[in-house]
Amino acid sequence: MKFRSLIFANLFRKKLRLVLTIGSFAVALFLFSFLAVVRGAFNRGADIAGADRLVTINRVSIIQPLPLSYRDKILRIPGVKAVTHNNWFGGVYQEEKNFFPQFVIDTENQRQVMSELQVPDDQWQAFLKDREGAIVGARTAQRFGWKIGDRVPIKNVSYGTAATWEFNIDGIYHSDRPGGDETQFWFQWDYFEERVPQSFKGNVGWYVVKLDSPDYAVSVAKAIDDMAGNSSFETKTETESQFAAGWVKQFGNIQFLVVTIGSVVFFTLLLVTGNTMAISVRERINELAILKAIGFNDRAVLFFVLSESLTIALIGGLLGLGLAMLAVPALGNALNGLLPALVLSKAILVAGLGSAVIVGVASGLLPGIGAMRMRVVNALRRV
Amino acid sequence: MVRVDGNGTSQSLIQVRNLGKTYRRGGEDIHVLQELNLDVDKGDFVAFMGPSGSGKTTLLNLLGGLDVPTRGTVTVAGDEITHMSAGKLTAWRARHVGFIFQMYNLIPVLTAFQNVELPLLLTSLSKAERRKHVETALAVVGLGERMNHYPRQLSGGQEQRVAIARAIVADPTFLLCDEPTGDLDRKSADEIMELITRLVREYGKTVLMVTHDPVVARRADITLHLEKGVLVEAREPHSIAAEV
Repeated sequence: MKFRSLIFANLFRKKLRLVLTIGSFAVALFLFSFLAVVRGAFNRGADIAGADRLVTINRVSIIQPLPLSYRDKILRIPGVKAVTHNNWFGGVYQEEKNFFPQFVIDTENQRQVMSELQVPDDQWQAFLKDREGAIVGARTAQRFGWKIGDRVPIKNVSYGTAATWEFNIDGIYHSDRPGGDETQFWFQWDYFEERVPQSFKGNVGWYVVKLDSPDYAVSVAKAIDDMAGNSSFETKTETESQFAAGWVKQFGNIQFLVVTIGSVVFFTLLLVTGNTMAISVRERINELAILKAIGFNDRAVLFFVLSESLTIALIGGLLGLGLAMLAVPALGNALNGLLPALVLSKAILVAGLGSAVIVGVASGLLPGIGAMRMRVVNALRRV
Repeated sequence: MVRVDGNGTSQSLIQVRNLGKTYRRGGEDIHVLQELNLDVDKGDFVAFMGPSGSGKTTLLNLLGGLDVPTRGTVTVAGDEITHMSAGKLTAWRARHVGFIFQMYNLIPVLTAFQNVELPLLLTSLSKAERRKHVETALAVVGLGERMNHYPRQLSGGQEQRVAIARAIVADPTFLLCDEPTGDLDRKSADEIMELITRLVREYGKTVLMVTHDPVVARRADITLHLEKGVLVEAREPHSIAAEV
């Protein structure tokens, strides 16, 4: 491209200003990526939730239990294919900061209902034969360096007095859905029932119901809640997607925060770069006039200005996204599972780069049009 | 031959007929140029002189297609430019006009080579051909050894030489010089005028030059005097120099 030297020479005219403008783009794109990653992490549960699954919790709160006896009643409702139940264990490995979710599972139905979380058959069989066995998600296994055959102590204070429960790692599960949760730790209901105090026995945390078809979602949810109506354990049943979305809402309106902060950042960036480009064009209006005098047409002048702003936007954008690609995994590890997995997806990268391009063009457009419309004789008269 | 009576032949390179330019400022019409006629042949070297505000630069802008007249016509090499669209006029300038300004107006972030190459970027010449043309132009102005220098690394006279090289590199039909020595000391001014004169004598260039300096004007074949927007009788440059 024969105009390259002219465009780049103008770009590097004020090096400090160039660095600061690119820096502002980089910071904005980094922030954009980070916010999008956090939003994605919170929404992922809802995004990848099974359309044919319902979650039933105690109507008062998820921390209130439900009786195990509901399982058979739910299973008899038309449209229900399978039912499994879970309890929250709430233990820690070695120290408080090593947090990850541990669930007591119903071994008979877990794989049928949560079919996307896959465990190799031989590992599953070993788990079933081992009363103290555990299946752990690949991400958690990697985090702590666990492998099959390891014996793992988990401290728990939720059920009676503080105690350390010992588990054998019998298997590692993977999710077959991109971004699926691979942080869970499962162990057997029988082992749990055996060790918890009498007051906790026979209670489950929540039920997950697999439907014959997503079309049954409304009728089955109503049937479950009707079944439990006017009892000591009334239920609230909703689709897994609604449940995940409700869970996210407990943290506040993440979507609103992300969109608001993102919009403010980009609007500010637009003002900053627009002002920078306007100053840059104003400073060399005489040079642009000379270009027009010697035969460069209006479109060429607009092209030069837009090329500069777009180049700044692209370099800054790529820098910001590159930083995000480095920082997000590090941040995910530092958070130690406090948030769902932080994933910087291709969609976020494309959206970020697209936004940078739009801001780059928008910020160069007004000064560029001004330069394009400038009358040569007027500009030369200013010298 | 240069004429200002409007009776030149249609063979003239530049024909100006009844040219007028009126500006409106503060509700008042200011007639900068009025019913101006001019004929310039190929290879002529014309100097325009006159007091500030007499319309010298306006005339140059009209001849170079940088401005449009209020009335009258300018015809260059058969092209009547006064009614061309802005786009066509831009393309016409690229092909026919070489500009030399008082303040050199080089792009400070480009080297001498890159500055001179600018007009050629608008042509279909290959990179190698552009290089050859630029090297030739810089050699003509005596700056073949300074092609990689930036304007800030050159003296005023050298900067103006680069500007001249830029003006001639695309071999335009004529050169318009607006106070080409106005920002230079006498020695540098003499060198620049020597160069411009050589372009006329050796390379057959047509040059129209605005100047305040009668010594500079003496280099031209003829000096035309602009007073209150009117081109008056051409007089011998020597006599004008003597008046000042």
